[in-house]
Amino acid sequence: MLLISCPNCGPRDETEFHYGGQAHVAYPEDPYALNDREWAEYLFYRDNTKGAYAERWVHSTGCRQWFNMLRDTVSYEIQAVYPMGAAAPTTTAQAPEGASK
Amino acid sequence: MVETAAATPSNQNGSVVRAARRSPAAHLAGTFEAASLAGVAEIKEIPFQTMAGIRVQRDGDAGARVAAVSGGLPAACGEVVQNGGLSTLWLGPAEFLVIAPENAHASLGGDLLQALTEALGDGQGQVVDLSANRTIFELSGTKAREVLEKGCSLDLHPRAFKAGTAVSTEIGHIPAILWKSGEDTFQVLPRASFADFLGRWLVDGMREFASPEVP
Ligand SMILES: [Zn+2]
Repeated sequence: MLLISCPNCGPRDETEFHYGGQAHVAYPEDPYALNDREWAEYLFYRDNTKGAYAERWVHSTGCRQWFNMLRDTVSYEIQAVYPMGAAAPTTTAQAPEGASK
Repeated sequence: MVETAAATPSNQNGSVVRAARRSPAAHLAGTFEAASLAGVAEIKEIPFQTMAGIRVQRDGDAGARVAAVSGGLPAACGEVVQNGGLSTLWLGPAEFLVIAPENAHASLGGDLLQALTEALGDGQGQVVDLSANRTIFELSGTKAREVLEKGCSLDLHPRAFKAGTAVSTEIGHIPAILWKSGEDTFQVLPRASFADFLGRWLVDGMREFASPEVP
């Protein structure tokens, strides 16, 4: 089980949270300008990163607030927790062996 | 619905409303009594408390007006503000739960919800009557913490979890509010639909302490 540090409540069990998928997927400037392929890519296509991955989480059982988290998808190490709307912090953590984005 | 009941002349003292009410764990009253051992681990339901869910930015004008009615709004996770019979729990940065005695409810002639709604006015936020949303289990005694520790992964040791603190967390795998109201007293607030499960779960956790110790 992950121990996730909610920015509001402090460290809590992973079961108190829900996962919200990849972070920083911007809503299209003009959705009507997109063709079907581009729209489908916006809706359904996400990175499948091996290594540090920026994702959204919500503390469902606690403060019910969303936040962003930088998590290593191989080691599960949580490298950063930062507010919604903020840019992903650059991490100096080592990528796991053989990892490529 | 409650307003209609209160307006009926024959119900002016609330006796009709009181007689019609059935609490979410009423059927467990006997079980709770049988499972309790005075001073060691005791459980009882405190039903029908008036509860108001508030969503407002506490540092704004509307927040200040609401705080004037509730007697303050807590600033951070864990904080509880107690003032004049009202307890206000922090649930989120802009979300609070006011708990008041039963007679603060409009169905019994109280005006808490109305006062909070008027204080919010046209400010951003909401005041919702959540009195029927949760019930309260009071778990007390020297072993109360050990009972809770069986199903709550927070650090409940007094050095970390102090009296006067309330958190929204998981107990027995279900969401509940845990409020440490005294050194050996905890108020556990499950949603009504979880009351039966959590009530039985706590009784199960108390069982070893209500039996004579094996030497
Ligand atoms: Zn939280």
